[in-house]
Amino acid sequence: MANGFSLIGRRAINFVSRLGSTFIVLGKTFYYFKAIPRSLGLIVDQLFMIGNKSLPLVAITSVFVGAVSAWQAAYQFKFIGAPLRYLGAAVGKAVVIELAPVLTALVVGGRVAAGIAAEVGTMRVTEQIDALDSMGISPARYLIMPRVLACMIMLPVLTMIANLVAIGGALVVSVLFVDMSHETFFNGVKNSFSMSDLFAGMIKSLVFGTIIGVVGCREGFFAGGGARGVGRATTEAVVISAVMILVSDYIIATILFRV
Amino acid sequence: METIIHIENLQKSFGEKKVLCGVNLEVKRGESLVIIGRSGCGKSVLLKHINGLIPPDSGRVEVLGEVWGEITGKRMAEVRKRIGMLFQSAALLDSLTVAENVGLGLKESFGLSEKEITAIVNEKLDMVGMGGTNDLYPSSLSGGMRKRIGLARAIATNPDIVLYDEPTTGLDPITADMINDLILELHSRLDITSISVTHDMRAAYKTAQRIVMLYDGIIEYEGTPEQIKNSGNAIVDQFINGRAEGPIRIG
Repeated sequence: MANGFSLIGRRAINFVSRLGSTFIVLGKTFYYFKAIPRSLGLIVDQLFMIGNKSLPLVAITSVFVGAVSAWQAAYQFKFIGAPLRYLGAAVGKAVVIELAPVLTALVVGGRVAAGIAAEVGTMRVTEQIDALDSMGISPARYLIMPRVLACMIMLPVLTMIANLVAIGGALVVSVLFVDMSHETFFNGVKNSFSMSDLFAGMIKSLVFGTIIGVVGCREGFFAGGGARGVGRATTEAVVISAVMILVSDYIIATILFRV
Repeated sequence: METIIHIENLQKSFGEKKVLCGVNLEVKRGESLVIIGRSGCGKSVLLKHINGLIPPDSGRVEVLGEVWGEITGKRMAEVRKRIGMLFQSAALLDSLTVAENVGLGLKESFGLSEKEITAIVNEKLDMVGMGGTNDLYPSSLSGGMRKRIGLARAIATNPDIVLYDEPTTGLDPITADMINDLILELHSRLDITSISVTHDMRAAYKTAQRIVMLYDGIIEYEGTPEQIKNSGNAIVDQFINGRAEGPIRIG
């Protein structure tokens, strides 16, 4: 019984401490925004690493997300007897408000959060972060802020690209396999499009980008225990960021989309 | 000579393990001090308290007139800029070239121009016998070369104090002796206060003006290399002669 309480207590302390350190990483990121001008080189490097290098992955994922959405929607429409001219509207809306932001975040999160946690974690266990500290260089300014900021910038950009590619994928399936003209498909997309949906998708991707950057940096920065510790940090960065993306997606949806 | 490091009753534990149990130490400007002791006895922990990388559980660490824990942010960074550190693994940033590593502190903390940084980097690399390696990455260097680059980085900003964490560990005897010569040369040429942590007695005798032995979380003995050799202290004697039998508890 006592052991059970002790285990629950330890888990609770661990959770609170982890939550606290996550907010410290977030706070330090915002604090060092004032150092953006002198850290431009570091930020541009990260924009390239996070954005450019995720582009092929996002493009491939999005084209199939769009394609499968169109196919599944057509199947559902047929099942309930709905007219196919609404296919573009349904797919366009689903992609812009949900599929592109969430799936881009999950795919990029897997790659980027793991990459950041592994890199920063390796720097932690090989004393490279101590070396920065010992030179009077803030690791939060040099390592964390550029990575989190790059995630915050690149996720909306990648999501915007994912929107276009996914709708393109849906268009190809609709025209080639569902026997629909491209005008009908585009009319559907156009009629259902609203700037507020796009804005909501961008807000989501901004939040998801922040989560990916902060979780990746947090897990790496507090990694310990050599190679095993770095491995654990990397795995946890992917798992935690994925869970947080899905939870925050629900929270944002309930705030932005009133039913 | 002015005392630039004051350590009073320093205590530090990691979980249940007590590492430092009340260390008192003073270091004077221009002194060359070597801290010896068994692996895991807290030598590196003591060194990391000196540049504020680890906060003490209790006690006071005053360096260059500032007390760690009483200063934050910019003032902390200012003190650290005056302390160079050679890490046990050299701790070079593996995403940066040799020149970028050596010039990192100059660029990020001192805001010098590229031209000034290049001149200083070349001077320091020549000093440690690594001239011409500017564009190499740490992954292509041997352990000894990394240590020398780490040393160039530690002295790039002309610090008042240089901390050496196991500077000769893992090196062949010839490279180890080269590093010892470099430490001596830097100490005499640049008038740097140096504090080394080692269990290599050959290095300790060669580079130290004063040797301090850490045992059981406290300073067991301190003296000149000659005094250490003739201390008459059974613990010191067992350690410096490398005997398995004696009062030092193994484990």
